[in-house]
Amino acid sequence: MTDDVDRNRRHFLAVATAVTGGAGIALAAVPFITSLKPSARAEAMGAPVEVAVGSLEPGEMIRVIWRGKLIFVLRRSKDMLARLPQVTRFLDDPDSTNADQQPEFAVNEFRSRKAEFLVVEGSCTHLGCAPLEQFEVGPAADWFGGFFCPCHGSKFDLSGRVYKSVPAPTNLRVPPYRFIQDDVIMIGFDSGAA
Amino acid sequence: MARIESEIGTPKGGFLKWIDDRFPFTKTMKHHATEYYASKNFNFWYFFGVLAFVVLIMQLITGIFLTMNYKPSAAEAYASVEYIMRDVELGWLIRYMHSTGASAFFIVIYLHMFRAMLYGSYKKPRELIWIIGMLIFFAMMAEAFAGYLLPWGQMSYWGAQVIISLFGAIPMVGETLVEYIRGDYSISDITLNRFFALHVIALPMALVALVFVHIVALHEVGSNNPDGVEIKDHKGPDGVPLDGVAFHPYHTSKDLVAIIVFLMFFSGAVFFAPEMGGYFLEYANFDPADIRVTPEHIQPVWYFTPFYAMLRAVPDKLIGAMTMGAAVLLPMLLPWLDKSRVKSIRYRGWLYKSALATFTVSFLVLGWLGTQPATGLYVTLARIFTALYFFFFLLMPYYTTIDKTRPVPERVVWHA
Amino acid sequence: MLRSNFAAALLTPLLLVAASNGLAAGGGAMELAPANNDVSDTASLQRGARNFMNYCSGCHSAKYVRFNRMGRDLGLTEEQLIENLMFNAEVPHDTIQRTMRDDDATRWFGKPPPDLSVVPRSRGINYVFNFLQGFYIQSESPTGVDNILLPGTSMPNVLWELQGYRRAIFQEHHSEDGEGTELVFERFEAVTEGSMSDEDFQTFVRDTVNFLDYMSEPSQLKRQAIGIWVLMFLAVFLVLSVMLKKEIWKDVS
Repeated sequence: MTDDVDRNRRHFLAVATAVTGGAGIALAAVPFITSLKPSARAEAMGAPVEVAVGSLEPGEMIRVIWRGKLIFVLRRSKDMLARLPQVTRFLDDPDSTNADQQPEFAVNEFRSRKAEFLVVEGSCTHLGCAPLEQFEVGPAADWFGGFFCPCHGSKFDLSGRVYKSVPAPTNLRVPPYRFIQDDVIMIGFDSGAA
Repeated sequence: MARIESEIGTPKGGFLKWIDDRFPFTKTMKHHATEYYASKNFNFWYFFGVLAFVVLIMQLITGIFLTMNYKPSAAEAYASVEYIMRDVELGWLIRYMHSTGASAFFIVIYLHMFRAMLYGSYKKPRELIWIIGMLIFFAMMAEAFAGYLLPWGQMSYWGAQVIISLFGAIPMVGETLVEYIRGDYSISDITLNRFFALHVIALPMALVALVFVHIVALHEVGSNNPDGVEIKDHKGPDGVPLDGVAFHPYHTSKDLVAIIVFLMFFSGAVFFAPEMGGYFLEYANFDPADIRVTPEHIQPVWYFTPFYAMLRAVPDKLIGAMTMGAAVLLPMLLPWLDKSRVKSIRYRGWLYKSALATFTVSFLVLGWLGTQPATGLYVTLARIFTALYFFFFLLMPYYTTIDKTRPVPERVVWHA
Repeated sequence: MLRSNFAAALLTPLLLVAASNGLAAGGGAMELAPANNDVSDTASLQRGARNFMNYCSGCHSAKYVRFNRMGRDLGLTEEQLIENLMFNAEVPHDTIQRTMRDDDATRWFGKPPPDLSVVPRSRGINYVFNFLQGFYIQSESPTGVDNILLPGTSMPNVLWELQGYRRAIFQEHHSEDGEGTELVFERFEAVTEGSMSDEDFQTFVRDTVNFLDYMSEPSQLKRQAIGIWVLMFLAVFLVLSVMLKKEIWKDVS
């Protein structure tokens, strides 16, 4: 056996062993990495929340919590809906072109499935404060009802759309939701449980 | 006859040179691996050091991930362990690795210490390595004890209750000491929280530091070997011990085989018998801690049972505790108790061989006795074997002096 | 050579001890009939789940077990799960809670019935199997029954309709330490017939205990399968590493 043959065999074995060892380490890492993902309890706690909206009066808003986030559910009155076109010119993104802020079904003037009901996250897109309800018109000329954030003065309309020239950059987020009955909303979709 | 010359020459340029100009990387690699020489005749008993190191790393990593999900409060601890077992993806695997790893650590360490007794690895100039090793053993026992409280099962609570109350036997300061350890008037949420801090932060840091120092001390004098021959006594013209081979790649490649075999046994336990008949995971610990109900048999985990048997063999609480303490501390004195000029059991006489065999049997029998109730014949046996255990050490200066030894060879005995 | 024999002699007893993990946990001195349940038998687990929810979950919670995970492991669809097994829970990701309230339980039984999530691991599966079949008539007890495995138990015989009622026959034996006599259980005697034959009842209890076994460690269904893969990988790795070691050590004389 010449030195060359020795070296080749040695090199091959060393590489083969190293590769197998590397694969072993990668496989061994799997349980540690997967343990980091949200556990069954996190998924349970983050499960969809049902909200019965049948008893809401027009113009009434309720607050619910989903996945630790504050959600506003507002039943808009006919008057509120009529005001929406009037505010369009003051808005930064009236057509909801920023796809990150709402699901497909909310890309419309009402930013919702049914015009009557608005479902948005009560978290100002500037730095996360909870905006306050201010549904009456005026006194400012550009104010037709909506949400006002007390922290740094950001303004949103009755569809959660952000005004121009305010600290907040984007419209209020619309979470995924659907109507499981005519008057019951389920916020959040099932997380894949059987 | 060709040996692999160290393939790491001193680099003239590039990334490695940039590092070497600022950090002793290549120097360290040479000094501690590629040009560090250990005897070529290492056998089975010489694997347990690197295996202990592997288990230490494994316990640290699995421990970190368990800590991400464990809750160290009396109200939530037990539930958080079940949470890890069920709700955390593959959490059960991490838990079993940690619990099996704890037992594996002690199996490996006892065999590692036994090697030292077989080959006289604690004798000059390696006394300090042995002492540091004993300190590692003490730290391990503390770490295991603190860790066992964390699942907050029946055995966790009551085992801790029994052992902590032992300190109360110390005259004058005993009761205060117990209160300081517990942080409360009985074992409680407060005790759990501080044991958590010890188990997760203080003792692991101590262990890592001690292991580092242990290896530094070892590399200063070099390893012993199964023949007890100092390989540095016979060096070639290049200064390399004639009976030595470079740690890397010779011992690294050999250790890799041992590590894989160990992992096979380890995986066998983790995947097929994680409870190991109640020895690795005690059955009673699946009951949540209940301060109103004491389990029928309180026993520590298997690795403490030899010392527990000695504790119970003595009827007096304080003297029993002192006996147990002495049993743990006495091995520290081996370098000075062993008067033989011969290191390895291969060249010792029948006196030492019998003594070591008796000691080994005593340790194992005491271990078994520690799992049995402390009544009748069991107590008598425990007393006999405790005495034998102590005689091994206390009579050693005598029998190692008169023991008839065989001549030790100049060079190690090894066949390719 | 001597050294490796020595090593083998040392390790064998350790391995033997480790292998004897059929030791029952708890259960006292009674001889326990083996449960012989098989957690890989999904049909049995499904029957056991039904039995547990119908007969046990009124008083006993299994609060670490989630319905949705259990349904997945047992091969049930979400509809089957909700319709057949979820009486007091609202959503599949809920855990198995009991219907009875803590304060009622304490008033009626002295203390709340224990949670059963891990009972086979602390008591042993054979213990539970025998316990469920170990009830007999005892007129002095508030529930009218006692249990040979847990004398003085507050648990009533919930399976009486299926098993029927029995009487326990005790024999007087000289006690072990030679002082006086003690009553030793000898056998049961049927008093009333249950709706199930002895065999069917045994199967019923076995299914239930099988389900409890599963609940105590759901991961056991997958654990061994993964283990086989791990060992096979390590075997391949071992072969490679041995070849590498031998190759490298050719240098050494």
